Amino acid sequence: MSWFSQRAKWISPTKLRELGILGMNSRNIDYIGRNNDRSRYPLVDNKLKTKQVAEQHGMSVPKLFGVVSIQREVQDLERILEGIDKFVIKPAQGSGGKGILVITERRGDEFIKSTGAVLDYRDIKRHASNILSGLYSLGGRPDVAMIEDMIDFDQMLINYSHEGVPDIRVIVYQGFPVMAMMRCSTHASDGKANLHQGAVGVGIDIVNGRSLYAVQNNIKVDRHPDTGCRFDELALPYWDQVLKLSSGCYEMTGLGYFGADIVLDKNKGPVVLELNARPGLAIQIANQTGLAKRLQKIDEQPSNELSVEQRVSFAQQMFG
Amino acid sequence: MRVSSKLQISLVAGILIALGLGLTLYKKIELGFPLLPGQRQAVWTLESKISFKPVGGPVEISLALPEPEAGWVVLDEHFASSGFGFSTQEEQGERYAKWDRQSLDRTTTLYYKLEIYHAGQFDLGASPIPEIIPPELTPDRLAAMERVVASLRQGASDSTSFTALLLLQLVQGQMDQDTAFLFGDREESRLSVVMDVLAFAGIPAQPVKGIFLEDGRRRQQMDTLVEIYDGNHWQVFDSKTAQPGLPDNFFVWQRGDRSVLDVVGGKSSQLEFAIVENTLPIKTVLFMEQQVKERLLLDFSIYSLPVEQQGVFKGLLLIPVGALVVVLLRLLVGVRTSGTFMPILIALAFIQTTLLTGLVIFLTVVGAGLWIRFYLSRLNLLLVARITAVVIVVILLMAALSIISYKLGFDQLLTVTFLPTIILAWTIERMSILWEEEGGHEVLIQGSGSLLAAVLAYLLMSVDLIEHLTFNFPELMISLLGVVLLLGKYNGYRLVELYRFRDLGNPEQ
Repeated sequence: MSWFSQRAKWISPTKLRELGILGMNSRNIDYIGRNNDRSRYPLVDNKLKTKQVAEQHGMSVPKLFGVVSIQREVQDLERILEGIDKFVIKPAQGSGGKGILVITERRGDEFIKSTGAVLDYRDIKRHASNILSGLYSLGGRPDVAMIEDMIDFDQMLINYSHEGVPDIRVIVYQGFPVMAMMRCSTHASDGKANLHQGAVGVGIDIVNGRSLYAVQNNIKVDRHPDTGCRFDELALPYWDQVLKLSSGCYEMTGLGYFGADIVLDKNKGPVVLELNARPGLAIQIANQTGLAKRLQKIDEQPSNELSVEQRVSFAQQMFG
Repeated sequence: MRVSSKLQISLVAGILIALGLGLTLYKKIELGFPLLPGQRQAVWTLESKISFKPVGGPVEISLALPEPEAGWVVLDEHFASSGFGFSTQEEQGERYAKWDRQSLDRTTTLYYKLEIYHAGQFDLGASPIPEIIPPELTPDRLAAMERVVASLRQGASDSTSFTALLLLQLVQGQMDQDTAFLFGDREESRLSVVMDVLAFAGIPAQPVKGIFLEDGRRRQQMDTLVEIYDGNHWQVFDSKTAQPGLPDNFFVWQRGDRSVLDVVGGKSSQLEFAIVENTLPIKTVLFMEQQVKERLLLDFSIYSLPVEQQGVFKGLLLIPVGALVVVLLRLLVGVRTSGTFMPILIALAFIQTTLLTGLVIFLTVVGAGLWIRFYLSRLNLLLVARITAVVIVVILLMAALSIISYKLGFDQLLTVTFLPTIILAWTIERMSILWEEEGGHEVLIQGSGSLLAAVLAYLLMSVDLIEHLTFNFPELMISLLGVVLLLGKYNGYRLVELYRFRDLGNPEQ
């Protein structure tokens, strides 16, 4: 394990500052606290609201099959799910990917989870019931369950994911896309795209959508651990559309600092899955670059009346 | 905008910190509150209970109040006298408490409570020398008395050794015929016969009434010592042991032959004492002593509250210290805890159970509760019902733990009842949700983070100095508030981030 001994144990704060790394306290005080109006939070914390507003703004989102908002309606699930083979049930106010059930296949009344586990109606209904009682939402608040279309993800990306949807996280500051990464679920992450659960984070070049670097559990990887696909060959299609879609969410939400989670659908192209008003900092490891210095560049740029296209091309010039 | 917000916080925080420290200094310098807990001092709480049956008509009770002597100091005294007219009076240099009432129809109890401590061991001071009144005796008793005194005089050179010899004979039971005849069989009258013998021998003597202090005693009766005047000093003898000198734990109530309790209009009157010992910092004791003299200042302190409420406040005032620990750990170190203030509540529970026992119980109950909840989660229950079920199971677990440990003789596990059930149940619920959604790894991180915060908070909260400062200087909380406000503006890196981003400098790793 020679590589282990060579790894630095700690990095000095001075070095971190030189690299322009954004810390958790600074993110909370200087960016989230200063730029995000609390009254706008429900819009992003509630995925149902996000979806409705995004549709009003003409953005593409996964199709909504139905909503279960009271326990009695749990019985309606059988009617809602009639003729639907692939779907996702998730809490409207879940956080950190909690409570998302992905069904990829259906055999009569048997449902196959993305992990391969077989569920029946009883399991599905229990899951919906748990969502309603607030098991997955912050502070145990009562919630509603959304049933929406499963993303039929682009063939191009199928090899970069195991049991789940690879999504693209774009950090948007004052409407400018400042940093992006793709999150590839792995067997270790149980099909979830959270980096701290073992998903692979791939830093993406803002200019052209090509991969820069890939990490799993803080360690550099060259290939997807389950599929063996090389990350350095990865170039995301529809890249400009991805950036414009995320950048456009600025007008929609009025949030100064957020993360847009975007997935590439085979038929629809980029769709907004959800927005996050408190995006994590692991994106800096995936990109091997600090966020703070990019955010400062945005603060220094003079104009604030730019269109989505102008903001995207500004970001591509600055962060190439 | 940026600068002004930061400046504003700094200004407010600065004022708060200065205000807290200023008030603390004022109390230290002007009012003399001790900053350090220092040595500890035993303080006795003595509760005197007067009970009697009324016989009809007006009732008047008079209780002689103690004049502290021999190094004893009275810190505080209280009278309970519901429905009675009450006053304290001085008569012939002695203080009396007097209760009176026009009529009374049932057995009644009156209370007089005082707090005392022993500042040092001193002998009794001067006391007027009583006139010697020779006892009036029947001829046969007179003859016996003469022979007893004569034989005692032979064995003793002075009045001190005379008394010692007399008492020793009584204690050891080596009485000749004359002595045995004089004293008879009745224990109660023994003391009065001793006084008679001393008077007959021409030795000035008087009884010393008081209480032997023993922690936790209830229904303690007043005891009587004997003191004689040897021409120069008063000399005390314990009539039960024949030992000279005042016992250390004897609180002198009254010297002389007057009665302590007089009840007019009542019968079967009794005077009993309940005794409790507390250990307090010596400086606090001295401070309280001052306060008795200057009542005004009392309003400024938590000592003005009743004893039970003081105990509650002692715990409450420690919470901000625990909160500071959690804030520091979360903002500066980056420790993840489950819930912001759950660690403080766990730490408060540890104070009751002691650390090691608390940890063992906590881990056992939470572990077992988690395991049971996993089963419950498969039954498709609603959240409220599930949490309630967990609470019930936790209570059962705690009861089982108490009973089993009691049967096995581990008394300290009985303190399980001090762990707040709701905290335990909620911890179990949060942890199991975390487990299902984020995996056991996250449970381990947040669980150990919470316990680490709880243990650190406990260690800090159980430091004598911290407890002393928070209790005596609650205004330090204002300073603490200022510090927390400043911490809320800290936008530097957390300690764990120095580890998390360690590889960013060298991308090839």
